[in-house]
Amino acid sequence: MTNAVEIENLVVEFTGGSRPVRALDGISLSLKQGEVLALLGESGSGKSVTLRSLLRLHNPKRSRTSGKVTVSGRDVNALDADALADLRGGVVSMVFQEPMLALDPVYTVGEQIAEAVVRHEGVSKAEARARALALFERVRIPSPERRLDAYPHEMSGGMRQRAMIALALACKPSVLLADEPTTALDATVQIQILLLLRELQREFGLSIIFVTHDIGVAVEIADRVAVMYAGRIVETGPVAALLHDARHPYTRGLLASRVERVARGERLETIPGSPPDLAALPPGCAFGPRCSRATSACQTTPPELMVDGQGRAVACFNAMTPAE
Amino acid sequence: MLFYTAKRFVLMLPVAIGVSLVCFLLVHLAPGDPLSAVLPTDASAETQAEMRKLYGFDKPLPVQYGLWLGRVLQGDLGVSIASGRPVAGEVINAVENSLVLAAAATLIGFVLGSLLGLLGGYFRGTIIDRLSSFTAVLGVSVPHYWLGMVLVIIFSVQLNWLPATGGGPQGSDSKGLNWDYIRFLVLPAITMSVIPMGIVARTVKALVAEILNQEFVQALAAKGLTERGVFRHVIKNAAPTALAVMGLQLGYLLGGSILIETVFSWPGTGFLLNAAIFQRDLPLLQGTILVLAIFFVVLNLLVDVVQTAIDPRVQRA
Repeated sequence: MTNAVEIENLVVEFTGGSRPVRALDGISLSLKQGEVLALLGESGSGKSVTLRSLLRLHNPKRSRTSGKVTVSGRDVNALDADALADLRGGVVSMVFQEPMLALDPVYTVGEQIAEAVVRHEGVSKAEARARALALFERVRIPSPERRLDAYPHEMSGGMRQRAMIALALACKPSVLLADEPTTALDATVQIQILLLLRELQREFGLSIIFVTHDIGVAVEIADRVAVMYAGRIVETGPVAALLHDARHPYTRGLLASRVERVARGERLETIPGSPPDLAALPPGCAFGPRCSRATSACQTTPPELMVDGQGRAVACFNAMTPAE
Repeated sequence: MLFYTAKRFVLMLPVAIGVSLVCFLLVHLAPGDPLSAVLPTDASAETQAEMRKLYGFDKPLPVQYGLWLGRVLQGDLGVSIASGRPVAGEVINAVENSLVLAAAATLIGFVLGSLLGLLGGYFRGTIIDRLSSFTAVLGVSVPHYWLGMVLVIIFSVQLNWLPATGGGPQGSDSKGLNWDYIRFLVLPAITMSVIPMGIVARTVKALVAEILNQEFVQALAAKGLTERGVFRHVIKNAAPTALAVMGLQLGYLLGGSILIETVFSWPGTGFLLNAAIFQRDLPLLQGTILVLAIFFVVLNLLVDVVQTAIDPRVQRA
């Protein structure tokens, strides 16, 4: 069985500014059918850029992309405009972070879902609306009939995100990309949305790439986690393994800086320093300047991602052992 | 929606009353005796007093206003001092001509402006964008009476394709979709259209650029819409504001066309206003200004109502 998503040595550079910014510095990634992968990392680490590359959403005039992206056996970067439009929403679709911004304010949510169905399946408007209604019921939007005719601004944040998920699933895609879909929601709604996504994933056999900066969320939803730093993947592995036995100092740092682990009154552990400027990356390991284990090797060449045979990989010359 | 329209209509009434008051007082605030134009310079004091009484100028101002407003509401705007014909008829005739000219100019300006704006917005930062901006700025800043004269020199004097002045063929009242009439309209309409063209172009360009930068445009592409599908969304998002700007431009054109109508001798309100001022024809001036002002108020109401109807974000409360 082929992988749902295969990314090989993907490099994305944004050329709009005065200096090109290397947002993705050669990442390779694969997602199995029906697998949920969490992309974990702080702002600017390249998580969202990776997702948008899967749909080729970056403006070609302001960015340069190289490497190979395969989704369901299709080479995304080689598709013509029509095939690309068929892929978007039909095979891969995306749930955005802020549905208020990602939904068109002057169309009702029902219209926006029906539009996608008509576009991909060529059915009548009435049929498309019926599909939208069924989806609204499926994502458990109360009084769905009435909500179909609501404009985005007339819904609450949680409802909007449910509508966004309904829209993303409208044309039965096999891969779902979720770009921090719970970040803009409050904690109780967050859990509801995560549970819903997990449920839909099982029901439709979806493969999901879930971008988040919240380890707790990643644990909740993912089978596997890929940790990103400055446009590279620094560590991947199954959730449980990564949680209990992180090898990369950065992953360890992230895990150590969780609020839940700290007792009241104690100081929260943080990673010293701040993320590097992507337009001026150091020649060696991008995390080197902030790393307590850095050696001279770290300053000259960036470490490759080394696979260990147990489904784990780490990019570090001085990877940690479980005992540490 | 009906309630909203009714509410807006009621809110409009005080504005309309204010406008009528200003129009009425305008004549009395202006220096000079309103009767000086009709009376011979050597008229006796008795004749003057008699005329004053005839025109009602001897009564206190509030009474004059009440009587005047009562007549206005019955459609009686008085009699023109210069021509002796009822002002209402003159004004209606002029309004009709101005309306035709303004509508034609707005249509041309809106179509060309939208086109320029869309091009500029879609091709932001390119030479197309700069050309569009240049044209828009040129349209707003070129003095239109000058442009009118230049057009007359080129198309009437040199090429002899179109008439230089006038509001239709001599001795014929046929207005409508025939070339004999339209050829008189072409030059003034084009001259008048450059300002709305420039303003609409700049508005639409800014709108389109802003809309294209919003995340939902990317989200639309992400759900598989083609460029054409996304374009429809851009248009619907830009339309309410663009239409509002167009409506206001139409309003400005209806009243602000004195120069162009004078250059082309187009018998509209501007031409009439100009004549009324120079002939010190006060009833005519008053009537024209009042009609124009009320027209503007109603137009604003219409724009608001239409905008509410197409943009769901405007509260209908």
